[in-house]
Amino acid sequence: MVTKPKLKKHTLGVTRRGLITSVGAGVVSVATMRRATAVPPVEDVEPDEMVKLTLRINGRTHRLLVEPRWSLLFVLRERLGLTGTKLGCDRGECGACTVLIDGRPRYACMTLALEAEGTEITTIEGLLHGEELGETQKAFVEHDGFQCGYCTSGQIMAAEGLLRANSHPSREEVRLGMSGNLCRCGAYAHIVRAVEKAAEFKGSRGAR
Amino acid sequence: MNRDSLYYITGALPETPVPAQPSEPWAHTSVVGQAHPRIDGYERVSGAAVYPSDLVLPDMLFGAILRCPHPHARVVRVDTSAADAMPGVQAIITAGTPAADLRWPYSRNLATKLFDLHCRFEGEAVAAVAGETPYQAWDAARAIAVQYEVLPFVADEARALVGGAPAIHDGGNRVGEVERYARGDVARGFAAADVVLETNYRTETEFHTPMEPHGCVAKWDGDRLTIWESTQGVFPVQQRVASVLGLPLANVRVIGHYMGGGFGSKLQADKYTIIAALLARKAARPVKLFLTREETFLAVGNRPPATMRLKAGVKKDGTLTALEFSCLGTGGAYPAGGTSLVDWLVRDLYTCPNVKSEMTDVYINAGPARAMRAPGHPQGAWALEQMMDALADKIGMDPVALRLKNIPSTSQGHDGNPPYTTTGLRTCLEQGARVFGWDEARRRPHDKGRIRRGVGAAAGLWIGGSGGPPATVLVKLFSDGSANLNLGASDLGTGTKTVMAMVVAEELGVPVERIQVEHADTGTTQYATASGGSKTVPTESPAVREAALAVKKQILDIAAEELKLAVADLTLKDGAVVSRNDPALHKPFAELAGLRRRGELVGIGNRGPNPEGKTICPFAAQFCEVEVDTSTGEVRVLRFLSANDSGRVMNRLTYESQAIGGITMGLGFALSEARVLDRGQTGKLVNGNWHDYKIPTVLDVPAEIDVVPIDRPDPEANSTGAKGLGEPVTIPTAPAVANAVYHATGVRPTGTVINPVQLAARLHALRKEG
Repeated sequence: MVTKPKLKKHTLGVTRRGLITSVGAGVVSVATMRRATAVPPVEDVEPDEMVKLTLRINGRTHRLLVEPRWSLLFVLRERLGLTGTKLGCDRGECGACTVLIDGRPRYACMTLALEAEGTEITTIEGLLHGEELGETQKAFVEHDGFQCGYCTSGQIMAAEGLLRANSHPSREEVRLGMSGNLCRCGAYAHIVRAVEKAAEFKGSRGAR
Repeated sequence: MNRDSLYYITGALPETPVPAQPSEPWAHTSVVGQAHPRIDGYERVSGAAVYPSDLVLPDMLFGAILRCPHPHARVVRVDTSAADAMPGVQAIITAGTPAADLRWPYSRNLATKLFDLHCRFEGEAVAAVAGETPYQAWDAARAIAVQYEVLPFVADEARALVGGAPAIHDGGNRVGEVERYARGDVARGFAAADVVLETNYRTETEFHTPMEPHGCVAKWDGDRLTIWESTQGVFPVQQRVASVLGLPLANVRVIGHYMGGGFGSKLQADKYTIIAALLARKAARPVKLFLTREETFLAVGNRPPATMRLKAGVKKDGTLTALEFSCLGTGGAYPAGGTSLVDWLVRDLYTCPNVKSEMTDVYINAGPARAMRAPGHPQGAWALEQMMDALADKIGMDPVALRLKNIPSTSQGHDGNPPYTTTGLRTCLEQGARVFGWDEARRRPHDKGRIRRGVGAAAGLWIGGSGGPPATVLVKLFSDGSANLNLGASDLGTGTKTVMAMVVAEELGVPVERIQVEHADTGTTQYATASGGSKTVPTESPAVREAALAVKKQILDIAAEELKLAVADLTLKDGAVVSRNDPALHKPFAELAGLRRRGELVGIGNRGPNPEGKTICPFAAQFCEVEVDTSTGEVRVLRFLSANDSGRVMNRLTYESQAIGGITMGLGFALSEARVLDRGQTGKLVNGNWHDYKIPTVLDVPAEIDVVPIDRPDPEANSTGAKGLGEPVTIPTAPAVANAVYHATGVRPTGTVINPVQLAARLHALRKEG
């Protein structure tokens, strides 16, 4: 089914909005954005046509065929079975789908799978050391930084991203860093404590 | 409490056998009451927990529901020809599909069709598609051409009974009779008062919006159906599905191990459950059908709005003489308890001989309400607790002191005025005030600048929270001394599984880590009512205790025989039988030959009845400090304290989490959450998403929330002494904030949400007057 895509002379990358517009026009432009600075090659495919994609997730390489419109979230959950990453709104409002892309927290629902090619993706499953919980995960259990647990993967990934960028955040920095993630059970007070504890765990590991 | 007025349960509740002899309350505990991390914490933080929406089955399809875009319309024609031909489409069902021609009960007396041609609210289901991907399912759903006859709508409850308003049901827009209550003589009460105040209050419609959207996965094996549903109760879902589809209960298995929040909106099967099953049967493949976030705002419930009027009389010494309350509410387009329990606090919270209440529930063209975290109570508290504050102000009394003056020992709202088994209302107020530093904060001179601080208090009780039968639980002790606990209840994230494992650990001396919990599966566990109404712990924990005790008796008998000691001399500790008199005697379970021979010991526990002629309620008092920017009207909550009498504290850690969660949700109710319907032009919901409908973020809540448990086991309530907690923690929150805003500014926000624009305008007007 996959035809050899024709190359087209485009110089701009693809935004989600731009892509949706092109779907409406009947032709999809597919960009493989490796680095924001590079000029991406742009290909033309039909809307229902599958394209090849290689993703690096938790240190593993996955090769698969995707529709260009598929979100990274859909591919993670429904095609690769990495269901630790949750779907809360599918519209960039709640952060339940937060993953790390090149170490930074990103909403997987607002990221096309194609956009993530060439990046290093880390999901909640990738924080485990074998069967053992990572430091941030342990801190969330210890401080009960959740209730139903559905937003928790996203909260933990946001915390992980925050702590990788800032190993000793102040309380205000923690609150700001976690403000892109909704929790309807309202566990925020415990989440803040859990993130502070995670910083402590990570600090003591570094000191060892 | 009339359960039917809140949500309709298919079928009757089973009656479980009454335990032969009620257990004595615990004299002391070593596990129960500790702060124990959740036994399923690993699963929840590692991504290993499979929530129903996570399930990926081989060959699974994805469902999508096409919903009516109009608040009121009649479906004239549905054309699926374009959709049928689209890529990936495997099944489409509409009102014209014979298998989908099913009766859907909205209440005991009112049923429609699954796909009803008369759509009474925006978001009513019209057709559904199963496709290979959700993208393809949605493409096809959008390609279904529906011709509607758009009907006049009413989206404003104040207009629903006005002449000329479109009738939503044949009998008009009244949901039953006006609900009236009276005791004493309010006219005489007001005549005896030194101060009488009368105020209008309003609370806006709030949405549950749990993080996991509503939905299920449905799979058929021949004529047997398995449903993995994000639900608060697998058994009510099973009963409804079996009844609607005409299947034996044994052919419908509902599994709900994890679920991402419900708050009352997932107590029942929904139309989507049936739709998923029908699509799966038609396509002969499993179907995952989860609502989009936007759909969850339209079709799966809300806390109804309340337009209230409260008149109150008080003597100079603080004695309440009369309360007269009225409320207009709406549960939307179907009977859904639009005014359920809104007057309960007025009737029950404070001593008052003369009380009158009148509540009118009407239909409007909007999504039906569902029970939401303490139905009616936060609305009623908003009125009553602000009124108490205003009365105190008027008679120059401290607001906490006024409440303390009127603490009842009986439940006046119930017929016959039964006593409470226990009431910690006074202790909640006194201890909460002490820890909060209430007196000092009230004595602090008022700020004069732009930023002003104030403190507020409010109290509450929850009519439910007693729990009760039915509940049947199994505990198994394995030959190596580890155990299995089997119960039907769901764990909504409140920590049910952990609390129950702690009860087993308490009785059997088995470490919590060695207890496996099997729960919430109609195929493998015993009937349990839905987890809701703050009743799961008081309902299930006594049954768990009975089951553990039944095992304990067996193991003690085995040990007594083998050790040649009296049963009374033996007890269980740290996975071993130990002697009370001889500390050296320590026999691990695994070394008991009798246990090895048996392989496992099974105990069954049932929940006994609640005491007759008594009322069991949890109580709460909350205190907060706010900072108001008098120029912009912005309110910042600086600190919050919740003091709760929920009987015995079962797990100190999850207890705190529940209180924090209830406060956080209450802050949203007070400060940011309100459904906005375009009442005049289109009748449509305009803020059906998390961008426009604002639930609190971490920046909207104080970093430090104090939880003050009044740890007072209620020995009359049940054998663990626990009362419910999940709901009382959210009841007084919003009025506590409003009272603090008044204390800071002198402006009383009588309507939710406390809107910066309106507050700034009123502050500006006050300055002009001043």
